Amino acid sequence: MSVVWVLILAGSVLAAAATGRVGDLPGAIADSAGKAIATSIGLAGVLALWLGLMRVAERAGLVDALGRLARPLLRRLFPEVQAGSPAMGAMVMNISANMLGLGNAATPFGIKAMEELEKENPHPGTATDAQALLCAMNTASLQLVPATVIALRAAAGARQPADILGATLVASSCAVVTAVAAAKLLRRLYPAPAARRGAPGEGTRA
Amino acid sequence: MLRSALELASAWAVPVLVAGIPAYALARKVKVYPAFLEGAREGLLVALRIVPPLVAVFVALGMLRASGALAALSALAAPFTDRLGIPPSVLPMVVVRPLSGGAALGVVGDVLRAEGPESRAGYLVSVMAGSTETTFYVLAVYFGAVGVSRYRQALPAGLLADAAGFAASVVVVRALFG
Repeated sequence: MSVVWVLILAGSVLAAAATGRVGDLPGAIADSAGKAIATSIGLAGVLALWLGLMRVAERAGLVDALGRLARPLLRRLFPEVQAGSPAMGAMVMNISANMLGLGNAATPFGIKAMEELEKENPHPGTATDAQALLCAMNTASLQLVPATVIALRAAAGARQPADILGATLVASSCAVVTAVAAAKLLRRLYPAPAARRGAPGEGTRA
Repeated sequence: MLRSALELASAWAVPVLVAGIPAYALARKVKVYPAFLEGAREGLLVALRIVPPLVAVFVALGMLRASGALAALSALAAPFTDRLGIPPSVLPMVVVRPLSGGAALGVVGDVLRAEGPESRAGYLVSVMAGSTETTFYVLAVYFGAVGVSRYRQALPAGLLADAAGFAASVVVVRALFG
């Protein structure tokens, strides 16, 4: 990510120099930084709500039960996630919320799953294969009904705003399959570092 | 049919979960309220933890847009996308979609307004937006929340998924809507 980030930053400055828009950059930089805070505040309420509910569900044994239910399916995708891992339940909830288009709930569940996976991460700070796959799936659209786009089409006066449904299902299926295949195939190109858990200064996590 | 069933499920899912989880937990003798507060507190910390990666990603993308680099990229890509049958008005979508969800919806709105929702460009831009996600944002939030800074194969996989979604959109829209 460091290289990508620097490339984008430096490339933008060069492009701005070429197009004579360097004067626009300072304002854009400050605006963007402010937008990060606005986004985080916008998410804070739903994150608190859903992670609160998630904790309640965990205590009641619901998350475990869900994880056990979906294990036969998810084991194929995430073979390295252990049977009793609490990550399993969170991943199921993330994927189902995504499919129903509940973006508000899907993000907290996904973050919860990432946290559980990070607890099992032998090299903290570098993505595990499972984390990379879960993220890749989330960067593809799992949503069955793209409600926002349909609403935009309705607002633009479409007679049948939802007539794109079949097309989006096919296209997003292609995207999801590609995400999974690419995450699986590319992992060899991005080797994980040797395990560092328990190295001096790292602190071991049970 | 499928659509109304899904819409019904979407509408009911949240209220049923919000009421149902605590009710079930109470029946299982969980101390529901303290557990909720504990998790909610963690949620706030997560919101705080994703700020730094969001600042990094948003600033980079804000600069990319303000510098005119995105427009230049679109211009560079135009000859290729022309041959693929992607109308020029839809091109900004391809460039902007992985970077900014808001900007992508802006493109959808623009094209729908200018060319109508039942135009070829209107269909294409809708299907593209509906079948992909804001890759950089998702990665920044998910990895940022757990302090992972090396994304490994997640970034190329996410971008390839976007490309596949776009390619499939072109093919499907041509097949279904001419």
